[in-house]
Amino acid sequence: MAAEGKTIDALSQFELSPVLGVFGDAVSFSQSNLMMLVAVLITFLLMKLTADRGELVPGRLQALGEASYSFIAGMVRDQVGDEGKKYFPFVFSIFMFVLLGNLLGMVPYSFTFTSHIMVTLTLAIVVFLVVTCVALAIHGMHFFTYFFPEGAPKWLAPIIIPVEIISYFSRVVSLSVRLFANMVAGHVMLKVFATFVVLLGGLGAIGPFVAAMPLAVNVVLVGFEFLVAFLQAYVFAILTSIYLHDAVHLH
Amino acid sequence: MRRVTLLAALAATLPTIAMAASSSAVPVEGMPQLAFGHPEQGRLLVGQVVWLLLIFAALYFLMAKIALPRVGAVIENRHARIAADLEAAQAAKAEADGAMAAHRAATEAARGEARAAVASAVQAAQADSDAKAAALNARLNAQIAEAEARIEAARASAMGAIRGVATDTAEALVAKLVGRADRAAIDTAVGAALTAQGRA
Repeated sequence: MAAEGKTIDALSQFELSPVLGVFGDAVSFSQSNLMMLVAVLITFLLMKLTADRGELVPGRLQALGEASYSFIAGMVRDQVGDEGKKYFPFVFSIFMFVLLGNLLGMVPYSFTFTSHIMVTLTLAIVVFLVVTCVALAIHGMHFFTYFFPEGAPKWLAPIIIPVEIISYFSRVVSLSVRLFANMVAGHVMLKVFATFVVLLGGLGAIGPFVAAMPLAVNVVLVGFEFLVAFLQAYVFAILTSIYLHDAVHLH
Repeated sequence: MRRVTLLAALAATLPTIAMAASSSAVPVEGMPQLAFGHPEQGRLLVGQVVWLLLIFAALYFLMAKIALPRVGAVIENRHARIAADLEAAQAAKAEADGAMAAHRAATEAARGEARAAVASAVQAAQADSDAKAAALNARLNAQIAEAEARIEAARASAMGAIRGVATDTAEALVAKLVGRADRAAIDTAVGAALTAQGRA
């Protein structure tokens, strides 16, 4: 697969292919979208089962669902304050979507939809639009003072305002590229070292011994990727919360 | 906003349906994530975004309207239950403290009462024994006095008898010596002798 023709093909794992036969092909429904559906299904089932049990002393599954709920609820409360309660479902959806996208990518033969810049960019734009709409809805025209901090010297305005505007818009880029680059880098490395295992394994008698080294690297990388999966979902969610804080409080 | 997203999704999906026939096995150049020019990858990339918006909207709807409020209610319930239990425990503790204090006060009162009872019993016994001792003393004193009186009487009678015996003896002696005796003179002499000796 990867070692065909003795070349390292680390990128074909990101290729999209239609699923669900003719119908999926007709509506451009790729395996990436299928994984999104799986992520939504898992998230919904987890939360639904958590709510259905609803026991006073939670079992393992209920504890998991409640832990994720409390984790994001606490994050939103800490970052945005009590006014942030309205946005909790949004941040929770973002977090679980990204987290499950990252984690589902760790399942062999599956697909990491967060490794597509179009996906992360779309999510970042959604976050950006929601945050900007919230800010406009709360502060109206006053929102535009956000781009010129109070108390700054007036003559600095021509420098400060463009810088602030650029930094505001660069949120989209930093949000999307961070997640995309992390996931792509991790999966490319996994694939490269996995290819090494196959290539070195074919070196006759010493092959298996040499191949053990990249295999060991891959074992470590898998653990590291799980860390990254959680970390990037956390970063995405907390940045969303921080942006919401700015939108609600303006500085 | 969701309706707008839906319309946008539909608008973006229609052209991808139209070009669905053009899939072929053209090799992908560079990163598949950016292969917008590729006949199949290109339309799948666009479709991916449209489906993403739909699926994410569904996730948000499911979370915001159905799942999260229920989970929140479960957690809220538990918090309320814990708070109520803590309150009940607090009340029970206060009650126990009150009972303990009451018990302590009762013990103290009982102890004081007992002390008073013991003291009064001791006092009564003391008084009783004092009275008994006084009565006994009085009786003994009376008996002593009586005995002394008796002794005195006995002594007086003995003394009287001494005088009589002395007089008789003296009379007899005088009669033997002199041949006759003047009883009156002898009696006077004996009285004088007894008085001189301090035994009258």
